[in-house]
Amino acid sequence: MSQPPGRFARHLAALPPPVPVDLATALAAPSPAYLPTLLSEEAAGQLEALAQRAREVTLQRFGRAVRLFAPLYVSNACLSTCTYCGFSKGLDVVRRTLSVEEVVAEARALVDKGFRHLLLVSGEHRVEVSPDYLVACVEALRGFVPSIAVETQTWSDDTYTRLVDAGLEGVVHYQETYDRARYAEVHRAGWKRDFDRRLSSTERAAEAGVRRLGIGALLGLSADWRADVQAVAEHALWLQRHYWRTEVTVSLPRIKPSASGFQPLQPVSDAEYVQAVAALRLVAPDAGIVLSTREPAVLRDGLVRIAVTHMSAGSSTEPGGYLHPGEAQEQFAISDERSPAEVAAMLVAAGYEPVWKDAFALKD
Amino acid sequence: MPAWGVAVHEPQDAIQDQPLMVGARAFTSRLLVGTGKFPSHAVMREALLASEAELVTVALRRVDLTRAGEGDVLDFVPEGMTLLPNTSGAVDADEAVRLARLGRAATGADLVKLEVTPDPRTLSPDPVETLRAAERLVGEGFVVLPYCSADPVLCRRLEEAGCATVMPLGAWIGSNRGLRTRDAIEVIVEQAGVPVVVDAGLGVPSDAAEAMEVGADAVLVNTAIAVAADPVTMARAFALATRAGRLGWLAGRGAVRATAEASSPLTGFLAASAPVDPRPAEPSGRSA
Repeated sequence: MSQPPGRFARHLAALPPPVPVDLATALAAPSPAYLPTLLSEEAAGQLEALAQRAREVTLQRFGRAVRLFAPLYVSNACLSTCTYCGFSKGLDVVRRTLSVEEVVAEARALVDKGFRHLLLVSGEHRVEVSPDYLVACVEALRGFVPSIAVETQTWSDDTYTRLVDAGLEGVVHYQETYDRARYAEVHRAGWKRDFDRRLSSTERAAEAGVRRLGIGALLGLSADWRADVQAVAEHALWLQRHYWRTEVTVSLPRIKPSASGFQPLQPVSDAEYVQAVAALRLVAPDAGIVLSTREPAVLRDGLVRIAVTHMSAGSSTEPGGYLHPGEAQEQFAISDERSPAEVAAMLVAAGYEPVWKDAFALKD
Repeated sequence: MPAWGVAVHEPQDAIQDQPLMVGARAFTSRLLVGTGKFPSHAVMREALLASEAELVTVALRRVDLTRAGEGDVLDFVPEGMTLLPNTSGAVDADEAVRLARLGRAATGADLVKLEVTPDPRTLSPDPVETLRAAERLVGEGFVVLPYCSADPVLCRRLEEAGCATVMPLGAWIGSNRGLRTRDAIEVIVEQAGVPVVVDAGLGVPSDAAEAMEVGADAVLVNTAIAVAADPVTMARAFALATRAGRLGWLAGRGAVRATAEASSPLTGFLAASAPVDPRPAEPSGRSA
């Protein structure tokens, strides 16, 4: 049974078509309606100017501070079939769900490396990664991890409220693609197949009092990455407008090799990727921009000077991978294999402050 | 580890001024500075020294109060500066009070810069929750410096609640837009019985001078210094501008006129022959 479209889905469907403007106009007063111009080939020819402008906006709003976080994969069990993902249900891979004690051990290892912002990540398995399990994880971590977020399946009951009450700070749900037809092609079965359930989950989480909300689009998944950048920018701005207490971050991961063997429909070049991130910064100046270790070091080092405000470092994408690597299937292969300390040193050398802690425990 | 006490600076100007009183603490410098957004802790330290500030605000959410981490911002605040922990990140009174208590438990300091900003986009202070938190914190013995909107009635209410200062914003925080709230600040200054510290939005040294010239008792500057191409020099410039603006206020400005008035009017020869008034001029500024 599919869910009806949520408020943002209806807003997105009712938006007027983007306005054709020249590049100078788009740069002077950036707006999502001008994104086709900012993402155009003409703008690609002015990429340095675009990046300079994005850098100014980023420095003004966020200063020279970059928040560091680590993903903590708690499970790769999954009941959804997503053709691009290494955890997809049908794949014959080694599955593992950490016990709460193992989650605590992994978290302590990350805290020892300096992290105070952790993102608990899992596949979609509501029995193995149940609301009770997640609440237990948050309660076990909150005494020594000031900022806890989750990236799990979406929830349509009181789970978000329970997690917030337990001390959860953030929820991350990427829509992957905002193209309904393409979404249906790649999300073939399971909870995640329901486009509207997924899209409206960010609204439910915000209403439950989640104070940091992460959204994103998986570039390369649809035939038109520019349209997905446009939609995710509209989504960020809509969330900021309607849930003014909630901080919004946006991520634009590109498809990576995984056990799925999936090939991107429309590969996004490095230059196009920089253009997408810079344009996103211009039209959503208040949104944090997250960049994971999916991307190679050289690109991460470049983008942090332009627009990125949140970075992971030294990531493992397999459950238990910090203490016992190689015992379970990873979600995807990371590219930037530097240690957290090495990434922090890069930031310092670039004139940025690596911010390990930017939160306080929400519960005693 | 910096001391949580009062540092004394040598007076720099010949004109005598009263100290800035924050509760029972006296300060010579009227420039307060923040510690966010700097390119590095080392640069921050140099900028703090150049600012000659005595009160330095630090976000409790950035500090590891367990001191398990190393090299956090506290290790780079120069010795002798008084730390002013702030509750930034708190979204309501409960959180602000909880953070303030955590800060006091970890540092022993009873000073707190109260910030309640539920809107992460504008970081506008919530007047309702700020007043609630201020009442509770004063009741618990804190010396409370509340960041607030430039609202004369709110500032009166915060003063009545027992706050040690009021800290109305000059412009949106981090915006570097200057003294956009000047008209309101003039009213707040005129009525206030506690020091008025203009906090947020001052973008260039002349903005700080302007705030001081209209009678603010102090200014707090962070972004303008931290994101300058040369934060150390900018910190120095703000120190000088704050002093200049203060002296301008103490000196008492001349009347503003719509038309030109020659400095040597044609009848000047009449005054030149009159006896000189021997009384010293009184500064027009309040000496908070």
